[in-house]
Amino acid sequence: MANFSRESCPSIKNILLLDSEGNRVAVKYYSDEWPTQSARLGFEKSVFTKTHKTNARSEAEIAMFENNIVVYKFFQDLHFFVTGGDDENELILATVLQGFFDAVTLILRSNVDKREALENLDLILLCLDEIVDGGIILETDASVIAGKVESHSVDSSAPLSEQTISQALATAREHFTRSLLK
Amino acid sequence: MAMSQPIGKKDDDRDDEGEYSPFLGIEKGAVLQEARVFNDSQLDPRRCSQVITKLLYLLNQGETLTKAEATGVFFSVTKLFQSKDLVLRRMVYLIIKELSPSSDEVIIVTSSLMKDMNSKTDMYRANAIRVLSRIIDGTLLTQIERYLKQAIVDKNPVVASAALVSGIHLLQTNPEIVKRWSNEVQEAVQSRAALVQFHALALLHQIRQNDRLAVSKLVTSLTRGTVRSPLAQCLLIRYTSQVIRESGITQTGDRPFYDYLEGCLRHKAEMVIFEAARAITELNGVSNRELTPAITVLQLFLSSSKPVLRFAAVRTLNKVAMTHPMAVTNCNIDMESLISDQNRSIATLAITTLLKTGNESSVDRLMKQITNFMSDIADEFKIVVVEAIRSLCLKFPLKYRALMNFLSNILREEGGFDYKKAIVDSIVILIRDIPDAKESGLFHLCEFIEDCEFTYLSTQILHFLGNEGPKTSDPSKYIRYINNRVILENATVRACAVSTLAKFCATVDSLKPRILILLRRCLYDNDDEVRDRATLYLSILGDDASVGETDESKKEFVFGSLDIPLVNLESSLKNYEPTEEPFNIDFVPKEVKSQSLAEKKAPGKKATGLGASHNGPPSTVDAYEKLLSSIPEFSHFGKLFKSSAPVELTEAETEYSVNVVKHIFDGHVVFQFNCTNTIPEQLLENVTVIMDASEAEDFSEVSLKPLASLPYDSPGQTFVAFEKPEGVVVGKFANTLRFIVKEVDPSTGEAEDDGVEDEYQLEDLEVDSADFMLKVGVSNFRNAWESMGEDCEKVDEYGLGVRESLAEAVNAVINILGMQPCEGTEVVPSNSRSHTCLLSGVFVGNVRVLVRLSFGIEGGAKQEGPKQIAMKLAVRSEDQAVSEAIHEMVASG
Repeated sequence: MANFSRESCPSIKNILLLDSEGNRVAVKYYSDEWPTQSARLGFEKSVFTKTHKTNARSEAEIAMFENNIVVYKFFQDLHFFVTGGDDENELILATVLQGFFDAVTLILRSNVDKREALENLDLILLCLDEIVDGGIILETDASVIAGKVESHSVDSSAPLSEQTISQALATAREHFTRSLLK
Repeated sequence: MAMSQPIGKKDDDRDDEGEYSPFLGIEKGAVLQEARVFNDSQLDPRRCSQVITKLLYLLNQGETLTKAEATGVFFSVTKLFQSKDLVLRRMVYLIIKELSPSSDEVIIVTSSLMKDMNSKTDMYRANAIRVLSRIIDGTLLTQIERYLKQAIVDKNPVVASAALVSGIHLLQTNPEIVKRWSNEVQEAVQSRAALVQFHALALLHQIRQNDRLAVSKLVTSLTRGTVRSPLAQCLLIRYTSQVIRESGITQTGDRPFYDYLEGCLRHKAEMVIFEAARAITELNGVSNRELTPAITVLQLFLSSSKPVLRFAAVRTLNKVAMTHPMAVTNCNIDMESLISDQNRSIATLAITTLLKTGNESSVDRLMKQITNFMSDIADEFKIVVVEAIRSLCLKFPLKYRALMNFLSNILREEGGFDYKKAIVDSIVILIRDIPDAKESGLFHLCEFIEDCEFTYLSTQILHFLGNEGPKTSDPSKYIRYINNRVILENATVRACAVSTLAKFCATVDSLKPRILILLRRCLYDNDDEVRDRATLYLSILGDDASVGETDESKKEFVFGSLDIPLVNLESSLKNYEPTEEPFNIDFVPKEVKSQSLAEKKAPGKKATGLGASHNGPPSTVDAYEKLLSSIPEFSHFGKLFKSSAPVELTEAETEYSVNVVKHIFDGHVVFQFNCTNTIPEQLLENVTVIMDASEAEDFSEVSLKPLASLPYDSPGQTFVAFEKPEGVVVGKFANTLRFIVKEVDPSTGEAEDDGVEDEYQLEDLEVDSADFMLKVGVSNFRNAWESMGEDCEKVDEYGLGVRESLAEAVNAVINILGMQPCEGTEVVPSNSRSHTCLLSGVFVGNVRVLVRLSFGIEGGAKQEGPKQIAMKLAVRSEDQAVSEAIHEMVASG
């Protein structure tokens, strides 16, 4: 992972989306500070245990972990975290967090909970991909992020002409089964 | 797409299903099987997307693929480029990035990605660029460079940003290629799209970061122009601070670009306001006038409803309070309301800031608030608070009672080792520095060891109690606590308690008979060390102790700390050969040795440098001693006081290389010249150094020991000895190397029979007062200073003239005196306007010397550049003449 001079360009070390027990829904690391899977899990565990009792539902909260700053926000059974270095501008981290949270809200059409997030995991992962690239902030405006993700999602754009009859049928069948499951 | 779908719609079913997950029970092997659909001739994009999502899910959960599995998946994924399905393509991009294929695999996808890079679909272009830049190497990069340059100036902002961000990453691996794009990047900086400007600015700065002038130009033009996004504005603020840092203050005292930073404080985005405020507080030597507007906006943030904003502000103010406590006092009221903040990080930062800025009258109120707060924060925060309280107490010694009570209360509560150690350390420091606090402090410590689970802390406290307890008004009250340790604790603590009892016994006569009884009981302890210590102390202090030992020497034995560096003792013991003469600890050198200079200065080009050769100069002090005592002429000079570090008398890489070591004895000086002949065609014989002592009248030459032969590249020594009066004698010597040179036939290595007498001019050598000072540190300067007393103190003030910096002046004085800096006081924090430096040493004649140097900057508040520096020098020693001699050294130095 890139090792560019971090003091001059704001950089994000990781973005975490955990559930209400601290399990991963989706995580993305941009820094090699946590090189192994166990280091990452350890970090997530310590962040979760330290924060899960706080009230980060109305406003984003903030905490320090050794040399890192973590901003976080909880909604339903989802915990959103953004981590940066301890000399990072806290408000930039908070802006990224807000962008992430709002974009997820748009993508999940306000059904922000773990189940919905997992069912649309592809969109969540695309969303992460559109917010930060290798630690550098790509976009923080939630509607732009969601727009980039959504415009290619199943329901809207894919022009019908590009779908074969069988694909269209498959889509229809899928929708049908989904609605049955609900 | 219905955004406003009611939230509660599915709630009913969820309860029944419990932990429902679409990925429940999926497993790597099965998903890899499923991935075979990638190879189907008739692709089902939906199905393929789902499989990729499952793979990504597994990877995200921490599952790893073996090399073979990853390669397999990668190859089948590349087939999916055939599909025109947009969703699938995006998932393909994602998984390629996750799989991070090796360079030989990359070839397979590059053509597909390059095709996408030139697609008409913006989304393809942007994503293909980001994927490619992540996986390609330098050679491939040159192939696609043209497209990337185009992309940077693409009219679609997403494409441009993708290319710019890729540029930032690629700059790390292929700087020379990315640097060629600066024209395009420059153009992108002017982009109307907010984030394109941000990314372009970041890349342009990184391309130019080593070119000060270019960065300065960039900042100048942009601070006047339009910056469209808050993120770009933050970047510009950072670059501006960098330019300010490098340019210093102009003649008029104004800081360039300060107005720009101040202007940013009125920006509409909080991110920018904060970045600017922080930048102002971090300016080098920031003045109060410059600080005020930044502090004002930070103060507003303190009462924000957003925790992040409060945290950012209080953290910055906390840092400012370290250097400019007065500037922050205006925020004290807002700060106090933060003590009860839900977010404990904010509360802790608020408290420590208040402790730094608080005044004497607010201490009591503050302590009350902190007490409530301490119970619900983590240990690491508590340590921060304890440290802040310690410094507050040192600032307001009159308030020691409240602060000491606070410390003793928290000492009784639950806590880990580090936290307890921080409290104990603080109490110890307060006892040392505030005499009134001693009795109550010692009492609190005694209470603590009654129920202390940490052996380390118990022993530290017992040791400290032994030193301080006997000096209190009623030493007897501590005996109970100490003896309880002997009865109740583990062996380590028991042994330590025995030593503490012995210290009381040696100092307080009235307690002696009773303590001796306690010590005698320890003779039956089941631990060796405890018994040994008891036996030792009883034989020294007991009634039947050998007569002749004075009380003074007993005391010194019990309290005596080992003032010899353990390394030196170890090497002396190793060198000691069993003879009829017992090992004498007095002969262990006390000098703190740095790495031998001879070794460091050895010419790098030759393997056999000065220090490396077998007969090269011995590098340690005891080796010098051995060498000198082996020379009959010098053996009657007595005990070697000090050997200097080698002083070079020739330039590097000359024909002959000579350095000299000054050996100081009470009545003599021996100069040891280490000579090396660097000419293969020459053999030198009868080598001597002629020392002209006309500028060193107090010295008279007594003997000269020539070096018989000095062949090529094989160092040898010649000596000159002078007699001198006792004490400090300084002088300057002009030196000439004199020898007989003989030609050597390089092929045979044989020298001619006839030689020619020749001379070689060496540099002058000075014997200065620092040569008469041994660097000997003390562990506790304050104690040593106090026990030395004021009898032979001499204090005076000196102007040191204009100096480059405070640190430079401090170093200069340390070098003149040649003493050992204590407690790390040789380090001068940047930006400080005054500094105190503590030195310790032993002066010739074995006189212990302690020096306290207080430096200050005179005159106006000029921040940068040379300053007028004044110094107060306080010397304490065992001899008034020596104290005066030290002043003499500084006055003439």
